[in-house]
Amino acid sequence: MTTRAEWPLWEVFVRARRGMAHVHVGSLHAPDAEMALRNARDVYTRRQEGVSLWVVPATAVVASTPDLQGAFFEPAADKDYRHPTHYSVPEGVDHL
Amino acid sequence: MEPATDRSATVEPRDPMPDGYRRTLVRQIAQHAHSEIIGMQPEGEWIARAPSLRRKAILMAKVQDEAGHGLYLYAAAETLGTPREELLDALHTGRQKYSSIFNYPTLTWADVGAIGWLVDGAAIVNQVPLCRCSYGPYARAMVRICKEESFHQRQGFEILHTLSHGTPAQKAMAQDAVDRFWWPSLMMFGPPDADSPNTVQSMAWGIKRFTNDELRQRFVDIAVPQAEALGLTLPDPELRWNEERGHWDFGTPDFAELAEVVAGRGPCNAQRLAHRVRAHEDGAWVREAAAAYAAKRAARTPTREPAA
Repeated sequence: MTTRAEWPLWEVFVRARRGMAHVHVGSLHAPDAEMALRNARDVYTRRQEGVSLWVVPATAVVASTPDLQGAFFEPAADKDYRHPTHYSVPEGVDHL
Repeated sequence: MEPATDRSATVEPRDPMPDGYRRTLVRQIAQHAHSEIIGMQPEGEWIARAPSLRRKAILMAKVQDEAGHGLYLYAAAETLGTPREELLDALHTGRQKYSSIFNYPTLTWADVGAIGWLVDGAAIVNQVPLCRCSYGPYARAMVRICKEESFHQRQGFEILHTLSHGTPAQKAMAQDAVDRFWWPSLMMFGPPDADSPNTVQSMAWGIKRFTNDELRQRFVDIAVPQAEALGLTLPDPELRWNEERGHWDFGTPDFAELAEVVAGRGPCNAQRLAHRVRAHEDGAWVREAAAAYAAKRAARTPTREPAA
């Protein structure tokens, strides 16, 4: 009796308030984008958690590989001169 | 596995993890998800019989929440690579379990109160530490669930409080519900630590943070003063404050009964599973129709509005 063809997976993003970015909250299955939006409303915003929703087909997300995490982000590791704390400022100098 | 042994780090879906860790998580999260959706049944039976429109609206919201909790958890289990269909199939064929508590019947309206107060109360004690579980998607689902559970527990407490301060018959109904649900609620924490061989491994992996007996004690300590506030008693003659331990001493739940219910021989096991399978099969045409409609529309309209 079970249908083997599963509805596709969608990733759900919610904007909690105006002025904030959409944040990933979870995923769900739905046959199409419209139903994905309606289901996302029912599953993830039953208590006014959002003012805007994005649903994105999970297959459309391109992610970096966790195995290569070290190498991938390595170029940023030895450049602490990109942070203001790298620099020493003489005593008494303000607003710098 | 580095991240899980280091308690501060979280494991995410695409991280490498031992097979045993993955298997344990799938089993635990799936069982948790199954419990949420089977848990809709004992309370759902009372929606049409709720004593007022307010109680009916509240109960519908609660049962809808249980469905939502099931969906958060199925989504978390799927991140480990097991498809939804497979999880549901494991439930429907009895290969995976759900919480033993939902195999007890809801005989009166007061049972809805007892479930909210005791069953959801026990669930909260179990679930709060899971918010810090080492597996990210499970921990995040638990944060959402715990936020919503506290409304569930309060509405149950309120039902019992109202009944307890009503007519003598209403108070007797509340007491009867508490008498029937108290021991099964204590069983929700599982077998005693000595008979729980998986606990040590689950704690080492950061899936579990406390043992069954620790959580059971915590629940009893919380529930005793609440029962007093309700004006109801708990059906345990061994219940007494232990000054030395700083905890309530309590009797031993009937773990033979727990084993029977887990083995499928509880009061409502067959009924719960049959109802679940029937609901799934009766809904097949909806899933098929929605998929057919989506396929037809996809063939016709390739454009979509940009995100804003």
